[in-house]
Amino acid sequence: MEKKHEATANQRVVHRARNSWSGFLFGVGLVAFIDEAVFHQLLHWHHFYDKSTTAAGLVSDGLFHAFSWFATIASLFMVADLRRRHGWWVKRWIGGVLLGAGAFQLYDGTVQHKLMGLHQIRYGVKIAPYDITWNVLACLMLLIGIMLTWFTRKQGAHHD
Amino acid sequence: MIKYKVISQLLLALPFVAAFFLYVWAVTSSNATYRKWSLYRTSSWTLGILCAISSVAGPLAARAHMDFTAHMTGHLLLGMLAPLLMALGAPFTLLLRTLPVHAARKVSKLLKGRFVRFISSPVTASVLNVGGLWILYTTSLYGMMHHSFFVHVAVHIHVFLAGYLFTVSMISIDPSPHQKTFTYRAFVLVLALAAHGILSKYVYAHPPMHVSAEEAQQGAMLMYYGGDLIDLCLIVLLCYEWFKRVQKVSFT
Repeated sequence: MEKKHEATANQRVVHRARNSWSGFLFGVGLVAFIDEAVFHQLLHWHHFYDKSTTAAGLVSDGLFHAFSWFATIASLFMVADLRRRHGWWVKRWIGGVLLGAGAFQLYDGTVQHKLMGLHQIRYGVKIAPYDITWNVLACLMLLIGIMLTWFTRKQGAHHD
Repeated sequence: MIKYKVISQLLLALPFVAAFFLYVWAVTSSNATYRKWSLYRTSSWTLGILCAISSVAGPLAARAHMDFTAHMTGHLLLGMLAPLLMALGAPFTLLLRTLPVHAARKVSKLLKGRFVRFISSPVTASVLNVGGLWILYTTSLYGMMHHSFFVHVAVHIHVFLAGYLFTVSMISIDPSPHQKTFTYRAFVLVLALAAHGILSKYVYAHPPMHVSAEEAQQGAMLMYYGGDLIDLCLIVLLCYEWFKRVQKVSFT
């Protein structure tokens, strides 16, 4: 039993990077999915296409949509592969998820919403509180993601 | 005009009917000598043929002339779903299994040749597939399609063939001697999906000729979300291929 435990811990350390990447990709996909499902489909806060959309914004949104769609599925196959190798490290993986989710949300909230003016979070209201909440949440996710990744950098595998 | 419509429907549907019977004949004839051909492949091929036929002939095809949403449903069926289902039917594997050895060798040589290598490369296939759609919806071609018999037939043939080529350039169900690496295919696939999504949004804002704004919006959203759904299957199949390959690499 002890030996098996050690083997798993080793596998986790060996596959540290892959755990992070898989989580990161899943995080990007997760945020994009929540954005699409909650804000577009349920609340109708976003529009499918907004008249002020620039060509660059349209391209950027299209690329991110396609990438996040691919990333969600690919990351889950990576999890399946890690589990098959007894190398799935949940804590580190969640760190990756928060990193990906935070990074994407921050990019969306600053570059896509503000710099490119692709779309806004909501229309017909004062946008500043929404923008602040959005970006603060993004930074919080990034911060916790960085911490989890730091804590699981090498030997922590034996104890969780 | 009515006569033309009937002729074009027949002309487009008949190859698919023929393809169905050929497939069934090949299955029965090769089952006599080899291991039984999988029922799942036969059903997939049959469903694919049904999707294709329903988009080129019958009520949906007739409505597609005046209704953009019907046109877009047809596009999803003919250009995306039918090619995917038919590719899952592994027609070339079946062909190689059915043909006498010397003929099968010739086919296999052709598949390994330079022409197939060029045309089935992910980049070529994506340009032919998504690029063709860009031309269709952003130029006067869409309008011409409804007035010229020749253009109508040519566009439909192109949409199906390019869709099939695109599918097999991404996933290896049949023998694919020139298949590119997973990363390469994934990269091109993401770009192609993005181009498809961007085109949907472009159509939403800029209706093709003779299409009302409201119809364009409905059609565009169908193209966007319907496309996503079929792409989901394509991505899963591509990733599953990766999942099986990395096992072979590390566990043996």
